[in-house]
Amino acid sequence: MSTARTSSRFTDALAQIGACGIFLFRIFAAVPRSLRYFKETIRQIWFVGAMSLTIIMTCGLFIGAVLGLQLYDVLSRFGSAAMSGTVVALALYRELGPVVTALLFAGRAGTSITAEVGLMRATDQIAAMEMMAVDPLAYVVAPRFLAGIVAMPALVCIFNALAILGAHVVCVSWLGLDNGTFWSNMTASVDVWTDVINGVWKSVAFGAVCTLIASFQGYTTAPTSEGVAYATTRTVVFSSIATLALDFVMTAFLM
Amino acid sequence: MGYASRMTAPVAHNAEAASADPLIRIRGLSTVLNGKTIFDKVDLDIPRGGVTAVMGPSGTGKTTLMRHITGQLAPDAGEVWVDGRNVVTLDRAALFALREKIGYLFQNSALLTDYSVFENVAFPLRQHLRLPEVVLRNLVLTKLQAVGLRGAVDLMPHELSGGMMRRVALARAIVRDPMLIIYDEPFVGLDPIALNQIVKLIRTLSETLGITSILVAHELSAVRRVADHIYLLAGGKIAAYGTPEELERGDTPWTEQFFTGAADGPVPFQYPAPDYAVELGLAEARR
Repeated sequence: MSTARTSSRFTDALAQIGACGIFLFRIFAAVPRSLRYFKETIRQIWFVGAMSLTIIMTCGLFIGAVLGLQLYDVLSRFGSAAMSGTVVALALYRELGPVVTALLFAGRAGTSITAEVGLMRATDQIAAMEMMAVDPLAYVVAPRFLAGIVAMPALVCIFNALAILGAHVVCVSWLGLDNGTFWSNMTASVDVWTDVINGVWKSVAFGAVCTLIASFQGYTTAPTSEGVAYATTRTVVFSSIATLALDFVMTAFLM
Repeated sequence: MGYASRMTAPVAHNAEAASADPLIRIRGLSTVLNGKTIFDKVDLDIPRGGVTAVMGPSGTGKTTLMRHITGQLAPDAGEVWVDGRNVVTLDRAALFALREKIGYLFQNSALLTDYSVFENVAFPLRQHLRLPEVVLRNLVLTKLQAVGLRGAVDLMPHELSGGMMRRVALARAIVRDPMLIIYDEPFVGLDPIALNQIVKLIRTLSETLGITSILVAHELSAVRRVADHIYLLAGGKIAAYGTPEELERGDTPWTEQFFTGAADGPVPFQYPAPDYAVELGLAEARR
């Protein structure tokens, strides 16, 4: 009985992944049609990008400060405190920046996309658009998908900048590391192509995955308040898992 | 003949008699949803130009029928012809082209909550036509004037009452002067003044513009004033068809029960349930 239930859950999960894959292809097909709703895409970039700035900047500043504090403490034991800025920058550009931003994005923008699209489904707004011969995939989903892809790299860049600023405040202003040492070691060790650009590629992929999952959960939600609540929760859980799993795969390929 | 046996043999309906060239022609429509038979080989015609009401007990498939007509839901079997095209076999592009000629008033209004009243009514125009802003504005205001809400043009949907939302949705449904308008429960939540005006509006649209209207409603007095013909759905079949006067004469148990509102009849008031006394534990106590 238990085996049968596990098997059923496994096949349900596979079916969901398959449905999400088909949904992705439908979004790709709708993207050319969505270009006529350019204003809507800009509005969504503002909504998922600019409106996420507060949480991204605040978290970036504190994560950078903590990183700087911990690394200065550990590296100073080996007489390498001067490398604090370098390690902070490499950790941020390669992993922490894209991953933490994606997790924050899923919690802030992903949930709002799911709730908004889910409520549109529950209140028949999606059906009304179809009845007015307006494709909801082109008008509602594709602009959000494009906005996620555009906004995420920008958010990652801002997150990284604030995190390095936080690390600089802790290491240089507070703990007394030389300012020139902090910056020169960092710029000498960080490579634009292998470190910064790879991080940008990751952020594009995470932006696509997070908005895909958020839109899919909202679009296919049960049209009830409980259904929207579950869909919102699933967005955070699935986006987090997908981000971390994809990060591992991309790191293995990009290193 | 008992009611149970009558349930299996509803009043015969001669679809051919409805119209020689109907706008909507449905043949052999069969639908099963969640194991429940909604339609069982239903034949139905909606004539061009008039107002046809679809009535019946709750849960009998009136909204489902509208969803079949507009291609939102594919039937399990049968054909649904709208203006000479079988909706069941249309691809998405052809279906959207057909829907551009159909106005649909949803049961729950389905206004776009992020847009103002003006933008809601203007939405179909902005999506499909490239009109100068002045023309578009005048069109929208004309339709809002018709439903009595020209003054509410800048309000947001959450600032409207249920009845006002319905009137805005009605203005949106008629804004492109479609060939067919489907009104799903248009009178719910309307005060008597608004209801009277909406009844007049539906009648006017039909008579002056020749728009075909399908009306799903329960308000007998309003339907009597506005509808040319009534289909009574029950038990997955067409239980009765005719003019309001013909159906009100109630010469079948279906029409008799529906128009008198009796609890006892071919349509059970109670949802199927176990014996009431047994469920309350009274049967045990009696022993």
